[in-house]
Amino acid sequence: MNDELRYLLARTAQGKHSRRAFLGRAGALGLTAAAANSLLATAVRAAGPQKGGNLVIGLVGGESTNSLDPALAASQVPYTYLRTSGDTLVNTTPAGDIEMRLAESIEASDDARIWRFAIRQGVEFHNGKSLTAEDVLRTMQRHSDEDSQSGALGIMRDIETMRTDGNVFEVTLRTPNADLPYLMTDYHLVIQPDGGFDNPADGIFTGPYKWVEDQPGVRHVLEKFENHWDSSLGHVNSVEILVINDATARNSALQSGQVALMNRVEPRTADFLARAPGVTIHSTPGRGHYVFIMHCDTAPFDNNDLRLALKYAIDREDMVDKILSGYGSVGNDMPINAAYPLFDETIPQREFDLDKARFHYEQSGHDGSPIVLRTSDVAFPGAVDAAQLFQQTAAQAGIPIEIRREPGDGYWSEVWNVQPFSASYWGGRPVQDQMYSTAYFSGADWNDTRFFNDRFDELLLAARAELDEVKRKAMYSEMGMIVRDEGGLICPMFNDFVDAQNETVEGWVTDPAGEMMAGFAAVKVWLNNA
Amino acid sequence: MSPILKLVVQRLALGVLLLLAASVLIFVGTEILPGDVASAILGQGATEQALANLRIELGLNDPPVTRYFNWLFGVLQGDLGVSLSNRRDIAEAMSVRLSNTLFLAFWAAIIAVPLAILLGLVAVRYEGRWPDKVVSGATLATISIPEFLLGYIAMYFLAVQYRIFPSVANINASMSLGDKLNAIALPVLVLVLVVLGHMMRMTRAAILNVMQSAYVETAELKGLRSFTIIWRHAFPNAIAPVVNVVMINLAYLVVGVVVVEVVFVYPGMGQYLVDHVAKRDIPVVQACGLVFAAVYIGLNLVADIVSILANPRLRHPK
Repeated sequence: MNDELRYLLARTAQGKHSRRAFLGRAGALGLTAAAANSLLATAVRAAGPQKGGNLVIGLVGGESTNSLDPALAASQVPYTYLRTSGDTLVNTTPAGDIEMRLAESIEASDDARIWRFAIRQGVEFHNGKSLTAEDVLRTMQRHSDEDSQSGALGIMRDIETMRTDGNVFEVTLRTPNADLPYLMTDYHLVIQPDGGFDNPADGIFTGPYKWVEDQPGVRHVLEKFENHWDSSLGHVNSVEILVINDATARNSALQSGQVALMNRVEPRTADFLARAPGVTIHSTPGRGHYVFIMHCDTAPFDNNDLRLALKYAIDREDMVDKILSGYGSVGNDMPINAAYPLFDETIPQREFDLDKARFHYEQSGHDGSPIVLRTSDVAFPGAVDAAQLFQQTAAQAGIPIEIRREPGDGYWSEVWNVQPFSASYWGGRPVQDQMYSTAYFSGADWNDTRFFNDRFDELLLAARAELDEVKRKAMYSEMGMIVRDEGGLICPMFNDFVDAQNETVEGWVTDPAGEMMAGFAAVKVWLNNA
Repeated sequence: MSPILKLVVQRLALGVLLLLAASVLIFVGTEILPGDVASAILGQGATEQALANLRIELGLNDPPVTRYFNWLFGVLQGDLGVSLSNRRDIAEAMSVRLSNTLFLAFWAAIIAVPLAILLGLVAVRYEGRWPDKVVSGATLATISIPEFLLGYIAMYFLAVQYRIFPSVANINASMSLGDKLNAIALPVLVLVLVVLGHMMRMTRAAILNVMQSAYVETAELKGLRSFTIIWRHAFPNAIAPVVNVVMINLAYLVVGVVVVEVVFVYPGMGQYLVDHVAKRDIPVVQACGLVFAAVYIGLNLVADIVSILANPRLRHPK
């Protein structure tokens, strides 16, 4: 590398020279764009985060009905602002390991039933109060007691008792669970002073940014909390989240420089947006998936041959191409993919096979009446088109599917988990156990495929208590096969999270746990023009 | 009692009745929609227990009639209540949104109304000639293009390509008037284009109608300049239909701009209402409905009064 280039590189990494000018100069000096970019990325990382600036983020998924109460959070904007202003006990790293946050260390009893979280000392809330184990206990109580309305209630119900012991928060479970720390990473479970019992929506947390202005559905402004315990996070001075629910408006806000980061780039327009100067698209293979679900206990779906016929009659590659424009990967009729820890790569991929579909359809003895598939635009983006593709390929195997398009309003209360065959999506969970216990265990709240399998339940409980990873992996593999071959889930595709940034943002890290770096983009990136 | 005062009192009383009827309709409408507040708030991830807890807390287990009258008595005492979904004070949250909506509507109207009338006069003056054809054709084109498309086109050229105005019209209390006007430039532009055609064509048609009258012919024979004839003699007699169409468009600028609000991310009433309908947040929907109905009724009242004032035969009944 010649001196000029080295000098320019250092200046650019420090933010004193424009990125685009550097790339232009590097091109003139004979470097390819790709090489120059990777050179720059390395130099920027080496130079370390730059402090300061106001980061503006444009996000879909906020409504004027949003509240700062973590228990009521359910969409993308609250997800991001809770991650930005709050802290959970633990978190997952991009590699999927547990990272200590407000808990300093974790101890489990040998049977994985009693868990002790030592709470970090010297942590301050935004109102100046110090964090105690009591705050943690009260927070968990608010999310798990009988009167709770929390979105996290489902994952808290296996807790038998909770107590504090000095600076230790102790949880005793009804059944052993080796994955309990992963459950504590849920974004609803940010710690509030006295658990938020007094005023759950006061916005007082312990995170790197504190609240300045909260206009639900419009704009959320946060500024750096100087007394945050972890100085490695929170590089920008202030964070402004603009709620931009319209996809085209989001694209143009990014292109015109009004926002530096955005979520949910529409796969259809991602390629066009990527060509805009300075824009980088980040596609993150995640655990979210788009599904068609059949109730295994309702005719005609109570017949496994019919379920298999439908599973063979869907062209997964084509759907990833057409519905996701390639921003995703094919599913395998189980809710798990390689983004999960302990995933078994050797499970064979289910192929699109019209002969097998025809064979199983005949075996099922179905009377030939049309099979009603309910779908809606809100089930997942492109759900109506996907249902039509499915209808066409199924027709080739002689399986008649009738599509019934339902209104988006009330779809989640009237159709999903009510009607026997419908389109839906799942956001994925941090670990296999949680995904399976949420939706495939016999007693699960959201057993939306009405799947009741004794062998599966037995394996799920055994795997949950098993601390030996090799044995656990084998159990999860068998469970995956059971769901794949006997379950009511048709999973054609896993969708990527597609986010985008402009040239002022540095420090992006891909995190499969969720969009926008698992919600931590605002606290982890920095601005090179600050 | 003067006939005008009598009319105003009559209309106001009728307006209150209409508001009451509108509130019943809105309430019934939100009751018919599938799903309830609790399931809408908690979404796909709701458990039965969480739903039941939330329903008890929000008082959703009371019969609908009880809930309606509870709400009505609150309103009669000036209390709009709190939003069910995030427990915010409705009057406070809505006043911010309403003032934003009125701010946008005001600037759009300030530009659109005089411009539409002026263009209408020009079109009449040059009736059938090229200025008429250009004005009519252009306004017809802008009224025919869906407003979201106009918005995207404006955004593409003025925000993305040339970066003259921001594409996100997000205004807030801490901005100066200049900043706010800069922020709302694109939505104002689009709204002006959308309402211009209707008002301009109505002005043109109303004046042309009057131009057939004998007194206009007299004025021409007196040798007055044609623009003077239109402005001094024809326009005052065409004012009633013009005011009517202007009022309809003003009402549209207040209650019908949700698409423009979404495209430009403008924090107005439309988006506020839509979000709360989606969550079945009935108190907020009721409050918005009342405001919208009041705007319509009020502007129509103004239109009626102006028509009467503009017409000597109605002003001095025998």
